[in-house]
Amino acid sequence: MKLSSILLASALVLAPMTAMAAGKTVGFSQIGSESGWRAAETTVTKQQAEERGVTLKFADAQQKQENQIKALRGFIAQGVDAIFLAPVVATGWDSVLEEAQDAEIPVILLDRKVDADPSLYMTAVTSDTVYEGEVAGNWLKDKMAGKDCRIVELQGTTGSSPAIDRKKGFEKAIADASNLEIVRSQTGDFTRAQGKVVMESFLKAEGAENICALYAHNDDMAVGAIQAIKEAGAKPGEDILVVAIDAVPDMHLAIANGEANATVELTPNMAGPAFDILDAYWKDGTMPEKWVQTESKLYTQDDDNNAIYEMKKSLGY
Amino acid sequence: MMGGTLRRIAPQLIILGVVILLNFIVFPGFFSIEFQNGRLFGNIIDVLNRGAPVALLATGMTLVIATKGIDLSVGAVMAIAGAVAASVVTAGGGWFLALLAALAAGLACGSWNGILVAVFRVQPIVATLVLMVAGRGIGQLITEGKIMTFNDPGLIHLGAGTILGLPTPVYIWVIMGGLITYVVRRTALGMLIESIGINETSSRLAGINSRVLLVAVYLVTGFCAALAGVVVAADIKGADANNAGLWMELDAILAVVIGGNSLLGGRFSIIASLLGALIIQSVNSVILLSGMPPEFNLVIKALLIIVILFIQSPAVQHAIYLFRASTPPHAPNENGAKNNQTAKESLS
Repeated sequence: MKLSSILLASALVLAPMTAMAAGKTVGFSQIGSESGWRAAETTVTKQQAEERGVTLKFADAQQKQENQIKALRGFIAQGVDAIFLAPVVATGWDSVLEEAQDAEIPVILLDRKVDADPSLYMTAVTSDTVYEGEVAGNWLKDKMAGKDCRIVELQGTTGSSPAIDRKKGFEKAIADASNLEIVRSQTGDFTRAQGKVVMESFLKAEGAENICALYAHNDDMAVGAIQAIKEAGAKPGEDILVVAIDAVPDMHLAIANGEANATVELTPNMAGPAFDILDAYWKDGTMPEKWVQTESKLYTQDDDNNAIYEMKKSLGY
Repeated sequence: MMGGTLRRIAPQLIILGVVILLNFIVFPGFFSIEFQNGRLFGNIIDVLNRGAPVALLATGMTLVIATKGIDLSVGAVMAIAGAVAASVVTAGGGWFLALLAALAAGLACGSWNGILVAVFRVQPIVATLVLMVAGRGIGQLITEGKIMTFNDPGLIHLGAGTILGLPTPVYIWVIMGGLITYVVRRTALGMLIESIGINETSSRLAGINSRVLLVAVYLVTGFCAALAGVVVAADIKGADANNAGLWMELDAILAVVIGGNSLLGGRFSIIASLLGALIIQSVNSVILLSGMPPEFNLVIKALLIIVILFIQSPAVQHAIYLFRASTPPHAPNENGAKNNQTAKESLS
């Protein structure tokens, strides 16, 4: 998704090339409170704005696209300097994005992408969900170092894009390791309760002693599964290795307690890179790539998970 | 009396047997039960344990449906109750206080539904839809949109603990279902509830206080839903207002329907609904144990449920009845036609 050179040139001409972020106003249209991660994203965005001296106008859309469109129109009417948008759905954004473009307000998408002409927004700051799965898979591959390992997988909600991508990434990472094999794979709907229920059935169907590792598409399912493993009389983190994605506080706590082994962070700091992009753009008109990938950091038992737990807990997860 | 009950629940027992046999076919170790870590450990135990929330909901739902009503809000009430229990216990209130507060919240939700239906005469599906939509929001307000975790051993015991090796939720739903069945069947309450479902106006004219009874059945569903909410939250040591009890109202209604109860109200059997809940859980168990990719989950579930409902449908039941009547075990062939005719006459 490269920007065409014509668009780049016109954007450069149009760009106000004066000040940096301080003193600017940015509107942020957030989806709503759907998960702890999103609450943390909101907190981090507000912190980032404050650190940089940016006035942040925050609008909570309560999971409704029409509220987000209203919020965007409000931001345009107020003449903000830039807009951050965490889109609740992928489609239906063209006309409001055109309005923002007409008003020469750059729009940066956070965390999710939209199905619209890429020229209508400046860039999208998201994580690479396939890569997240790969990081998890590579960790397990390195950890096992050639030893045989029968893996059970807790998938996310069937058909959802993170579930598809995180499965794909993990499978890609272990494809060349014949010692690693996924023996059971079932959906846990991204929830703790289902993660626990499905893990119970895995433990019965395979026998706890025949499972070497659990890969969960998110931490919540892993936290539920850890309880199921304990109730089955096995030791999570030792008898059955646990690796998942998201790095929510409770997972850090589980790692600190030795009940889980690794998690790949889906950073709530999408706004940091977005503000950096705006800084560069306002300084000398630098246009970013159309997609900016956030870091997918791996946390293991080598990190100080108690400290990270305390820090993350304060973000509102 | 016992014979009558047995005949009433025979179809459910047979279906449950068949689904359990299916479990055995896909996973031969299905019946094995081990004792480890101070708890019984096996697939049968899982079905009884995991069936608890739907069984609890189905107990209350049966009564509401018997009055020709429906309660769509039970899933949301579960979320509220779990959130209340978690917030009380994290505030240092102790598990018993948390349980009481959650049950009180469930009763408050039930009285809201009951008053809308009984006093303001709002149609039950609409009245309870309000709380179904708003309730989850209330739960999220209480937990501030996060999973509120707790470590109180007393509260956790209600969901993840065991008594004499059996998981606590099994006791909870068996006792709750038994208690309510006993109360409605050993008193006239059950019959009065049925009469409201069959014809509310005439039962009111006959002197039945339908308003009080209607509010009461919604109170019972609220109570049962709150209990289910506490069990679910305690099981994962956290109140997840976004997901707790999500779509579970539909499973509860399905359990009542599989139990052979009519959505048009009238005669009901709580025991049959509880068997319905176990059937649903056994179907879930087949899916999990079969090791099929998750894309098939809902398709398999839908197919099995369609077969179950098809067998129970009046048309098929009628056909079975005619088939039986036309081929009596000892009668000679020429009597078959005559028997058939009598069967038809007695039916019409």
